[in-house]
Amino acid sequence: MIRLWIGLFIAFAIYTCMVYYYCDKSQKTEISPSSNALVGWNIWQNKNCQSCHQIYGLGGYMGPDLTNLASDTTKNDLYISSFIKYGTAKMPNFNLSDSEIAKIVSFLKWVDKSGKNRVSKEKVTWTGNYKLDN
Amino acid sequence: MKSNIRIYIISALILLLTTLIFGLLATWAFLFPEVYNKFLPFYQLRPFHVSAALFWIITGATASILFYKKETFANGKNSSALLETGFMVIWLTTIAAIFICYGLKMFGGREYWEFPPILCLPLLISWILLMFSFYVPLFKSTGKKPMYIWMWATGILFFLITFVEQNLWQISWFRASYLKEITVQWKSNGAMVGAWNQMIYGTSLYLMVKISGDENIAKGKTAFFFYMLGLTNLMFNWGHHIYNVPTAAWIRDTSYIISMTEWVFLIRMIQSFKKTLEQRAKLRHLLTYRFIIAAEFWVFMNLLLTLSISVPAINLYTHGTHITVAHAMGATIGINTMILLASFTYILKIDDLKGRVSRFLSFSYWLSQFSLSCFWIALIVAGLIKGYRTVESCKLNFQEIMEPVLRVMKVFSYAGVFLVISIASIVIVYLYNAIKLKEFQTQIEI
Repeated sequence: MIRLWIGLFIAFAIYTCMVYYYCDKSQKTEISPSSNALVGWNIWQNKNCQSCHQIYGLGGYMGPDLTNLASDTTKNDLYISSFIKYGTAKMPNFNLSDSEIAKIVSFLKWVDKSGKNRVSKEKVTWTGNYKLDN
Repeated sequence: MKSNIRIYIISALILLLTTLIFGLLATWAFLFPEVYNKFLPFYQLRPFHVSAALFWIITGATASILFYKKETFANGKNSSALLETGFMVIWLTTIAAIFICYGLKMFGGREYWEFPPILCLPLLISWILLMFSFYVPLFKSTGKKPMYIWMWATGILFFLITFVEQNLWQISWFRASYLKEITVQWKSNGAMVGAWNQMIYGTSLYLMVKISGDENIAKGKTAFFFYMLGLTNLMFNWGHHIYNVPTAAWIRDTSYIISMTEWVFLIRMIQSFKKTLEQRAKLRHLLTYRFIIAAEFWVFMNLLLTLSISVPAINLYTHGTHITVAHAMGATIGINTMILLASFTYILKIDDLKGRVSRFLSFSYWLSQFSLSCFWIALIVAGLIKGYRTVESCKLNFQEIMEPVLRVMKVFSYAGVFLVISIASIVIVYLYNAIKLKEFQTQIEI
């Protein structure tokens, strides 16, 4: 029993290392975050934006998924910034400075470049699985 | 020592009450943000609810393990009392600090662990103390161990691994790629659920052995097979959380294949249904057993849901919808909370209560099951509507997608009121017994 347990644990350790090193290699071009995007990411966490908003469908369901907000042609930077700055009836005003808002926008732009959130149903194969292009 | 574990159990029950109260408030804040944003916004209530739920489950599981450990491999002695006390004090103090931070709107962590990350350090220290207090007497004891001890040992070890992994985002190498960071984050969160399930299912197995008097349940090849299958799922079946994230395809393939092994659990449950019915006829007078049976029912329902959403073609519709919440609520309330309440029923000798209190508990039990069913179905319906409208009606904006969903969420909130009333009633009786019961003291002193 112990041998089987250790064998499984070793397989888990190897799989974990593979996940750490290769999980993002499907990205055609690696895009490192700018310092502004990293600060924006911290503000995102400090203001707990994930409680209401999702990225890749992960997070709270109060507000919309923001993964590809930056590439939405119907919403420009000014629109996004105004939304964050003044809030709405549903979204509180966090009293962020213009510089902080610009950094959050920078973070969202970086996230947007990592891939598309929605999977088209045409990509589903007979196995019930799908393949994603990045 | 006796008062330490008593306080620890009381704290776990208070955490359950906190979860219920903040869950209800968060539901109302979700439905009426214009009102709640003025004093208690959703982004503040949600972490209160989620963290209280998470800590209720882990505190309840560790309380059960610490209590039963003396009966199983510590031979009634408690040579690691100081370590246990250290664990309890640091663990509970840190939880209090976390809630103070939420009250002051101090966040900074990642999903489910939204408090300032520095507070992970005392949690880690306390867990290491728990590990010493558990593993030292375990390694000193001799003889073949029943499967529930393996499950407790596995759960405690993997909680440490996944907790550390959950904090890897603080290393800049993991922050250099969003895909990497989110993959590791959900790898750890997914496996952590498996870790606490090992602790809780081990407790359920222990209780079944105790109340049925059949030691063979926790021994033999079948018990070992299901333990190993559960462990394999813990290690490799977390990918369904991130099917839509464009990570390496083999992560999705592995998770899809491993998740399909859960059919074995489902088939096993159907096969043993007759035996369960016979056992139920003998033991149904015990509230401990009724909570275990409720957990089994919810395991069955949740397995059906999990198997469905583990198919990527279906996950396409369900991901990012309330079906994921139904999956989480079904597991944390239906399975984890029911097993932990069964465990506390056994520890606090609730089955000995007679008359009005017993009838009141029985009524609350059935009310909780009925309201949880309505609650769970409402979430699935809300999720189906959102998923269908998101995938099939791409031109709709978020408000248009959510309009019919919010109507269903009102049904969910009504069911939530009854769920809170029923479980809170049970918890209050348990709290009263935990404080008053004298025999409990004697039992702890063993």
